[in-house]
Amino acid sequence: MGEKMHISEGVLSAPVLVTGAALAVTGISVGLKKMDYEKIPEAAVLSAAFFVASLIHVPMGPSSVHLVLNGINGLLLGWLCFPSILVALALQAILFQFGGITVLGVNTVIMALPGLIGYYVFGRLIKGKNRLLSLAAAFACGFFSVLFSGILVAGALLFTGESFISAAKLILLAHLPVMIIEGIITLFCVAFLKKVKPEILGGVYEKRS
Amino acid sequence: MIEEPFSTGNSIIHGLDPRVKIIVVALFSVIVAISSRFLALLPALAISLFLVASAKLPIKKVFYRLLLVNGLILFLWFVLPFTYKGRGLFAIGPFIATKEGILLAGQITVKSNAILLTMIALLSTTPIFSLGHAMGQLHFPNKITHLFLFTFRYIHVIYKEYRKLTNAMRVRGFVPRTNMHTYKSYAYLVGMLLVRSYDRAERIHKAMRCRGFNKKYHSLTQFSLKMEDIFCLSLMSAAITGLAVLQWVITT
Repeated sequence: MGEKMHISEGVLSAPVLVTGAALAVTGISVGLKKMDYEKIPEAAVLSAAFFVASLIHVPMGPSSVHLVLNGINGLLLGWLCFPSILVALALQAILFQFGGITVLGVNTVIMALPGLIGYYVFGRLIKGKNRLLSLAAAFACGFFSVLFSGILVAGALLFTGESFISAAKLILLAHLPVMIIEGIITLFCVAFLKKVKPEILGGVYEKRS
Repeated sequence: MIEEPFSTGNSIIHGLDPRVKIIVVALFSVIVAISSRFLALLPALAISLFLVASAKLPIKKVFYRLLLVNGLILFLWFVLPFTYKGRGLFAIGPFIATKEGILLAGQITVKSNAILLTMIALLSTTPIFSLGHAMGQLHFPNKITHLFLFTFRYIHVIYKEYRKLTNAMRVRGFVPRTNMHTYKSYAYLVGMLLVRSYDRAERIHKAMRCRGFNKKYHSLTQFSLKMEDIFCLSLMSAAITGLAVLQWVITT
């Protein structure tokens, strides 16, 4: 997994870490409330699928980028994307040392918040009947999820110190090609899911009230 | 690919109670992450190296791990010294490196690696399942612990599924390139992986209901604090307090 989507331990300042953790706790507790005990094994299987899928490296010119998939994660899991991403990041920290305990909150927010926003903004369009509109919304969902994640990474660095401004700009710039690829992948993936298993889209494991 | 290469061993560290390890890593990470003085950070790095040495981990593998995860840090070394305002130290072409920038990059590097090494020494030396059960006993939210354990359980299953799919692609002569066909194929691969996981989730759900799943993930491992655990916990707490004193109390 590339370093673009994760902030390493020891980089951010205490206020940024605390803010990230507080936001993450809020998102996670809503997510947990919406997750039935019965549905945990099922949510876990999908989380595992996202964990594995994010290991995929897609070629891009001479280099390659790994898939982020927070857009699709949000579309499928809704609010549950917060606990799902938290667990995936914790496992990554323990297994591969990507990220760590103190940045867990910030990194969870960086990935999950854009996914959740995508779910609310594009979810209905994507599930809609109009094929062209649905695919356009899928592309936008993938594209903007990564863009927003990039902005959150840059923001976390900026709030840590003004000295990070150039670094933050460069990181945001590096996200540009990833956004386009994520948009394309999300588009095709949604097209595939709509054909093969349309019921999977749209917060499948959220409690219905 | 998804292995826990450091989790087996017979050092003192491997034998420690996972609950103690989780507490120590959490305390250490937080204190080091918010420290800024080299006076505290260098001893922290020394402690982390000591822990790795006590765990008798293969140095080469640990070093390789560190290289892999220092990407962001390396990037910061290329940017911070040349963009941080301060006293110029040397110049590479039109770029002037400042002393303050280099110090900041150095500070981040020491901090980050001290925490990383401690995580390797303490968390990676524990099987994930033990960590999960320890989380349960430390009263982490029950749902989180469940999700953690189940997710790890299924990562291996799904990974096998993933290998099956990629093998099938390879057999059909798929070579990844920078083109639309590649992106489409990968998107379908992700889609298929999600569909299969979804179907499998349903089967698992049914199977678990048949077996009377009652919202509890039973653990056969019983943790009990031994003398070593209490000793290590006190030693590490003292060391971490020492770091805090070096950072915030001592004036230079």
